[in-house]
Amino acid sequence: MKYAVCINHVPDTAAKITVGSDGKTIDKGGVSYVISPYDEFAIEECLRLKEKNGGEVTVVSLGSDAHKESLRKALAMGVDKAVLLKDDSTRDSFSVARALADCLQEISPDVIFFGKQSVDYDDSAVGLMVAEMLGLPSISVIVKLEIADGKVTAEREVEGGREVVETKLPAVFTAQKGLNEPRYPSLKGIMAAKSKPIEERPASAAPPKVEVLGMQKPPARLAGRIVGTDATAVPELVRLLHEEAKVI
Amino acid sequence: MSSFQGVDYYNSEILLAEDERLVRNTVREFVDDNVLPIIEKHYEEGTFPVDLVPKMAELGLFGATLPARYGCAGLNNVAYGLMMQELERGDSGVRSFASVQSGLVMYPIYTFGTEEQKDHWLPKLASGKAIGCFGLTEPDYGSNPAGMITRAERRTGGYVLNGAKMWITNGTIADVAVVWAKLDGEIKGFLVERGTPGFTAPEMKGKHSLRASVTSELVLQDCVIPQANILPGTGGLKSPLMCLSQARYGIAWGALGTAMACYDTALNYAKSRIQFEKPIAAFQMTQEKLVYMVTEITKAQLLCVQLGRLKDQGVARFTQISLAKRNNVYQALEIARMAREILGANGILNEYPVMRHMANLESVKTYEGTHEMHTLIVGEDITGIAAFA
Ligand SMILES: Cc1cc2nc3c(=O)[nH]c(=O)nc-3n(C[C@H](O)[C@H](O)[C@H](O)COP(=O)(O)OP(=O)(O)OC[C@H]3O[C@@H](n4cnc5c(N)ncnc54)[C@H](O)[C@@H]3O)c2cc1C
Ligand SMILES: Cc1cc2nc3c(=O)[nH]c(=O)nc-3n(C[C@H](O)[C@H](O)[C@H](O)COP(=O)(O)OP(=O)(O)OC[C@H]3O[C@@H](n4cnc5c(N)ncnc54)[C@H](O)[C@@H]3O)c2cc1C
Repeated sequence: MKYAVCINHVPDTAAKITVGSDGKTIDKGGVSYVISPYDEFAIEECLRLKEKNGGEVTVVSLGSDAHKESLRKALAMGVDKAVLLKDDSTRDSFSVARALADCLQEISPDVIFFGKQSVDYDDSAVGLMVAEMLGLPSISVIVKLEIADGKVTAEREVEGGREVVETKLPAVFTAQKGLNEPRYPSLKGIMAAKSKPIEERPASAAPPKVEVLGMQKPPARLAGRIVGTDATAVPELVRLLHEEAKVI
Repeated sequence: MSSFQGVDYYNSEILLAEDERLVRNTVREFVDDNVLPIIEKHYEEGTFPVDLVPKMAELGLFGATLPARYGCAGLNNVAYGLMMQELERGDSGVRSFASVQSGLVMYPIYTFGTEEQKDHWLPKLASGKAIGCFGLTEPDYGSNPAGMITRAERRTGGYVLNGAKMWITNGTIADVAVVWAKLDGEIKGFLVERGTPGFTAPEMKGKHSLRASVTSELVLQDCVIPQANILPGTGGLKSPLMCLSQARYGIAWGALGTAMACYDTALNYAKSRIQFEKPIAAFQMTQEKLVYMVTEITKAQLLCVQLGRLKDQGVARFTQISLAKRNNVYQALEIARMAREILGANGILNEYPVMRHMANLESVKTYEGTHEMHTLIVGEDITGIAAFA
């Protein structure tokens, strides 16, 4: 079995983000980058499949040299091979998906994994676009996966419950939180990863279809308000939660 | 991902290699997930979180600089230091456990032991299946271990040990103790296994510091150990001091971890705590404290990286390690105290890590050579005049 995981290198979710001077990108200064959290579930799932069924896991990332840090971490977690589709240009989800699909076509894995979304732009599109481009079945937002004799059973999260679906390999999956608990790379794994190569390939060109015109920080959160201190305040609180905050 | 973003005022990040950063980030995440959620409870109850031992072992935190042959990671000294920094950002007791296991037990077995001793103990200690302790200090000989009373005498097929050790980290929970004793007047190291007749290790109670760590006495009463349990490579005070150099080096980094935790806490608090209609960070006196903290952290970081590089080249002198241990622990304690002040009354609560770090650092300032002893070590080095006595 061949497994491939596509991972993105994104700002740490705990990082404080500011919009850059061009108004279109974020200011990267002082921001640390990590493997997009959902991609870690994807890596872990492939490692577990490999540990169970044997085979080889390849991790692919499209982006600048900076992505090597995340590829290296994946190698340290136990992935066998890493490919960097080297590209410094600005791409949209379609353009990323096109280049990944072209690369995956060559690797021709049985199982292709993505995180359900990358936590930078949150498009939740790349994995499913790749499936479409490769003409493969896809199961998104999965929380459980079983593969036996080429038959796949997966559970996906849907509004208010779970859906059980079947398909055949090769197939594309996108991982949701809850699928597994990703391992830490062990210190031995980190040392072993030092000598594993990261293969660099050019990313195939694909002009973006969407352009980012501007970025804005969300408005500052308003100060809290005390509606009352006893039970008589409940109706007003409910009204505010319903009409103003629109959360119930 | 860790919610702690580190402290890096001088872009010292670029001094670190990719694998060194990955080691740090991994241990940082491990500490966030596994140490911070449980540590206050253990501290309050005065217990060491033993459940962490297999997890730390799986990550490869024990004997991390030793070679793969024994199941270890073979890290360089900078990566090892960064690991200690993050562990102590969690708690000095947890870092102490790793220091003792690695620098004070695995290192002497690796350095002074026979092939059999290494093959027997190192994989067990690396995998956390065995816990070790290091017995040098005695009730009457702390800063002056050369005067130790514990004795070993030859006996057919082995040695008989008599004496008492005190303040021994991990003593009660250890499977093997590295005990220093005089044989024919010369200091030698011995491996004393748990359960050996004549050997007991009662826990010391009543500590206000390092509460999430086990501290014990070791009592040796006509304790007979086999011939094979002497560490043949040891000889004289220099042997235990070589071990202490390893551990002190880790402490220099570890202290930095506590300082970062305290600074990070104080900075965030000062920006959000409003008094006199302003964040307290707006007052000059608060800023002065925060600037002191970030300055000392920055200096200590640069000191540590350079010391680590020297150690990797094999040219770090023990006096340089003394300087770093002395400075970094002293400054970490100052920083913890300032952070406590900035937090006002909240500073004394266990909702924040500050008071725990402060109390822990009082032990750290004393063990592995007191602040004063390191002053005298560096003092002798630069003047050529020993001022110990
Ligand atoms: C929590 C904890 C864990 C420990 N773990 C271990 C362990 O695992 N193994 C181990 O062997 N030991 C351990 N120790 C012991 C520690 O190393 C000793 O406490 C330390 O070496 C100091 O010895 P002492 O406490 O006897 O103090 P003393 O030596 O009695 O010193 C008391 C004071 O006098 C000062 N002083 C002493 N001599 C001089 C001098 N010549 N000039 C100026 N000032 C001087 C000291 O600096 C100190 O301020 C631990 C201690 C603690 C608190
Ligand atoms: C154990 C304990 C018992 C207590 N008992 C009582 C009690 O019985 N009754 C009672 O009323 N209170 C009591 N207190 C509260 C105590 O008096 C307050 O904690 C103290 O006044 C400080 O207030 P604070 O903790 O809110 O800190 P803050 O006022 O928030 O101060 C935080 C930090 O900012 C600094 N700061 C604030 N304003 C300025 C400024 N303008 N310029 C420069 N620096 C500034 C402070 O010096 C401090 O370092 C108790 C506190 C403790 C810890």
